[in-house]
Amino acid sequence: MNSYDESNSIFRRLFSYAKPYRGFLIAALISSLISVTLSLLIPIYIGKAVDYIIGPGDVNYQGVLDIIIYLAVFIGGSTVFQWLMSYSTNKITFLTIKDLRSRVFDKLNIVPFENIDRTPHGNIINTMVNDIDIISDGLLQGFTQLFSGLMTILGTIGFMLSINLGIGILVVVLTPLSLFVASSIARRTYSKFTEQTQIRGEMGGLIEELLGNQKLVKTYSYEDRAYERFKEVNDRLHKVGVMAQFYSSLTNPSTRFVNGIVYAAVGILGAFSAISGNISIGQLTSFLSYANQYTKPFNEISGVITELQSALASAKRVFALIDMEAESSDEELISQVESDGRVKLTDVAFSYVKDKPLIEGLNIDVKPGSRIAIVGPTGSGKTTVINLLMRFYDVDQGKIEVSGVDVLDMQRKALRSMYGMVLQETWLFEGTVRENIAYGKENVSEEEIMDAAKAAYAHSFIKRLPNGYDTIITQDGGNLSQGQRQLLSIARVMLLKPPMLILDEATSNIDTRTEIRIQKAFAKLMKGRTSFVVAHRLSTIRESDTILVMDQGSIIEQGNHEELLSKEGFYHNLYNSQFHITRA
Amino acid sequence: MLKLARYLKYFKKEVTIGPFFKFLEAVFELIVPLVMASIIDIGIKNRDSTYVLQRGGIILLLGFMGLIFAIICQYSAARASQGFGTMVRNDLYKHINTLSHGELDAFGTDTLITILTNDINQMQLAVAMLIRLVVRAPFLVIGAVVMSMILDLRLSLIFLIVAPLVSLVIYIIMKLSVPYYRVRQRMLDRVSRITRENLSGARVIRAFSKQDHEIRRFNEANNDVADIAINVGKISAFLNPATFAILNVAILAILWFGGIRVDLGSLTQGEVIAFVNYMTQISVALVVVANLVVIFTKASASARRINKVFDTMSSVTEKDKIISDIQSTENQINGVIKDRYDEISNEEEPIVSLNKVSFAYPGSDEYALEDISFDINEGEVIGIIGGTGSGKSTLINLLPRFYDVDKGEIKIKGIPLNQYSFDSLRTFFGIVSQKSVLFSGSVSDNLRFSKKDASLDDIKKAIEIAQAKDFVEKLPEGYASQINQGGRNLSGGQRQRITIARALVRNPRILILDDSSSALDYATDARLREAISKNLEDTTVIMVSQRANSIKNADQIIVLDDGKMVGIGKHDELYRTCNIYREICDSQVS
Repeated sequence: MNSYDESNSIFRRLFSYAKPYRGFLIAALISSLISVTLSLLIPIYIGKAVDYIIGPGDVNYQGVLDIIIYLAVFIGGSTVFQWLMSYSTNKITFLTIKDLRSRVFDKLNIVPFENIDRTPHGNIINTMVNDIDIISDGLLQGFTQLFSGLMTILGTIGFMLSINLGIGILVVVLTPLSLFVASSIARRTYSKFTEQTQIRGEMGGLIEELLGNQKLVKTYSYEDRAYERFKEVNDRLHKVGVMAQFYSSLTNPSTRFVNGIVYAAVGILGAFSAISGNISIGQLTSFLSYANQYTKPFNEISGVITELQSALASAKRVFALIDMEAESSDEELISQVESDGRVKLTDVAFSYVKDKPLIEGLNIDVKPGSRIAIVGPTGSGKTTVINLLMRFYDVDQGKIEVSGVDVLDMQRKALRSMYGMVLQETWLFEGTVRENIAYGKENVSEEEIMDAAKAAYAHSFIKRLPNGYDTIITQDGGNLSQGQRQLLSIARVMLLKPPMLILDEATSNIDTRTEIRIQKAFAKLMKGRTSFVVAHRLSTIRESDTILVMDQGSIIEQGNHEELLSKEGFYHNLYNSQFHITRA
Repeated sequence: MLKLARYLKYFKKEVTIGPFFKFLEAVFELIVPLVMASIIDIGIKNRDSTYVLQRGGIILLLGFMGLIFAIICQYSAARASQGFGTMVRNDLYKHINTLSHGELDAFGTDTLITILTNDINQMQLAVAMLIRLVVRAPFLVIGAVVMSMILDLRLSLIFLIVAPLVSLVIYIIMKLSVPYYRVRQRMLDRVSRITRENLSGARVIRAFSKQDHEIRRFNEANNDVADIAINVGKISAFLNPATFAILNVAILAILWFGGIRVDLGSLTQGEVIAFVNYMTQISVALVVVANLVVIFTKASASARRINKVFDTMSSVTEKDKIISDIQSTENQINGVIKDRYDEISNEEEPIVSLNKVSFAYPGSDEYALEDISFDINEGEVIGIIGGTGSGKSTLINLLPRFYDVDKGEIKIKGIPLNQYSFDSLRTFFGIVSQKSVLFSGSVSDNLRFSKKDASLDDIKKAIEIAQAKDFVEKLPEGYASQINQGGRNLSGGQRQRITIARALVRNPRILILDDSSSALDYATDARLREAISKNLEDTTVIMVSQRANSIKNADQIIVLDDGKMVGIGKHDELYRTCNIYREICDSQVS
């Protein structure tokens, strides 16, 4: 019952999204009602026509002609309304889906970062694209199919009963048979299909793992063992695949058989009734037409129900995304702060996970124009500091003040506009080089863009790209090296001339020459600006006013280079192991 | 598509029995309207209840037999198509395993995975349909036309007009709408791309407060998808009503002209009803034929992709006369190989020697490595340094023969690489690459990946040298602890240490560390190096790095720049003589 209630509420909620388009929904339902009714009238009139065609010399042409005119009207009407139904259904489906996608996307832009950091992006994208498509196929289109299917069944039964009660009742009695057959096949198929899907998933994972790392497979001569593992899964897939396919392919012949039984029963009983004069041959014809098509809507409905189930599961995932809690609203807060370059952290405490304290009692007082280096081993929590400064995450305790204003009292936009940020993992979107540089600022002139690129030492390589500033950066940025990507991100910040900076030096994979350019660009950028640098280069670290040494999430030492060295603590060791000569 | 048909020869029985029984079922189905016509024309006219019952019984029997035949056919189809798919998958996977990196790079892993899964499934479906419907649907159409011709040749003209007309309508609608579907898919890809960009770039987007801009960008793409879907909907919405209209108008024609024929006495009332029945049967069958066309079009595209993989041969191949097993070569009396084994054990020969080696990636005109020569002696520690694109990783890839050199020669222990079998060549190496890749399975499983029969002691020792003992033994189930796919339940540093242990457990004679201690903190890194130099004295270690300080102490440092070797020697010497090396050092430690 509980799951029924749940499905019910998901269903309702989904239809609430279709509400703005209810005109189309109503049009679809009415069209379906009309077209089904008209198309069900056709067999009756065919039957009537047959009754005018009895034998040689016994054909009532006028009667046949009259009926043909009626039929032509029915056919025409049904055709038009069938089209109208499909059209309205399509329209409502795709408009609803569009809204649903927009809603998800809007939400993604206002959720707190932990949602984005913790949910695998593949899952979100899958929900955005595939789940919502499944909803369109299953729930929305399925709904009209279900409706017209039910209408057809009820209409057929009604018309049959009205022509002849006895034969009508016979068909009604036989109905559960087709329901029973369809559902018992569906049940068996379902369990086999689930098993098949699961093994397919297993196989997908295995090939992704092995083929994705084929180099390792070859290095360690693992080919034969890999093949054995593949074959084992493949054999299991074969076994269950044969059964799944076999069971599912039984639906058609079985319902055809049930149809055959209904057809034969109607034929025999109808013939008896005709012999005793209860019905005409034309009416028998109508019955036979009905019987011929009778199980079709049942097949369709059982198909729709399976689709409905998977659509409900998809809808659940979509709503889970839409229901994610948004960041607190900040419209009421201070919208602009004049930056003087001061940043002050007082007793800051923060952790990603409730019972795993990370940063505790952090105090930093940053004077305007000074440089703060953050150093420490990988995974020691250097990016956490950036997360807090930019308010990607909020502090648990204590406060951060910028230019004397608590960051919680200003709009996020106001805070973030004071910083220029260049991360190690550069982000470029698919667009031209120019668009990527101009990302942070609207209505910039060509000259400004070039100046920024020149200042970031990016101009010379951009000029050498196939289309210069109009070169399209591909999705993974594969046509640029990592260093070049970082130079573009620097140019992006150069263009804005922000009062403060957050920089993340790249650890590796940048060739020497580009690296020299990046360092120069960084130096130029930092001049006179308050800067926070996640630092790997000794030169950057040495020239910093304050060095924060982090280990396992917390700041364990703080001071300038000389002070820290003389302490002979963690920094001292770090410095020696990193920059002194050791035997390989 | 025909090439893959060779796999069907393993399913001769299914491929003949299936369609045959399907054919019988269709024949029975076509007889039913005739029997019903006789019930009306003879049974009812003569008021003969026994006749009606008899004929009714025949219809039931035909239906039942039809069911049995259909079940036989469906079972044959399931066996043949799934069997076909399984065999093609096995063979294709085996074939992919023989390809060298050049071919793998050219296809791309994602493409190969799609071919191995989706494309083969598509073919599988086509085989099933071949057995189930290719006989049935066209036969029902043709059969219905033929039956109607037998009943009344002139009235059957209606069928001869309707069948092509409906086919034409279906064809036109599909022809018009299919390209739109492709466009829609492209638009949908854009929606997914923008979503992906927004997730990966969330920090930058919010840092620049560009959320509104991104939402506008998304809405544009989203609207495009909806617009195109609604447009294509307008076209495809014609399919059902149009076929419905044509078939029913045809029925009107049957009633009118049938009426005339009955009046003339050349047709009976029951036969008119049979005509109407055949018309309904045709409508169902024609839609099926249309779907078949779609399925087979898709399948032939899939078949082309599958065949392309099968037709691609590895450019790196084993020679006929090779050294396949170093341990047992001693037993081989064959003179040449015997001599070579002596050379292998000859301590004097350098373990690796390159002589004027040049190499370009397949499809590229430019050399990735040019004219490289050097010797490495057993037990040496070698550093390779250079910027991105300087050819460091390429050089590493040539040693285990992932690619073949274009010019020059590489020898291991004095023997050219292509004289070894792949297995025997690769047992020389333990390679730790930049990306720490682990497989799903236990810690031990991951180590046994490189050495099938490694004992627990071997594993423990490797783990200890790799500085992973502390954390592995703290894991809930120690060495039997499960690692998730990609090693997501371990930290970067932990993953890296296990990959190092994996390379160590096979006791390689050459250990290659490709920028592979980046995720380790300095203290651990130092301990690791110490353990390696202490425990693997005889092992040749090749370290690739961008950082000068990590290779400073190497016996030889090889400096690469833009595919060329610009220096070789010890640190002090290179710092004095090699500009590029000095530039690298100065940029990092200054």
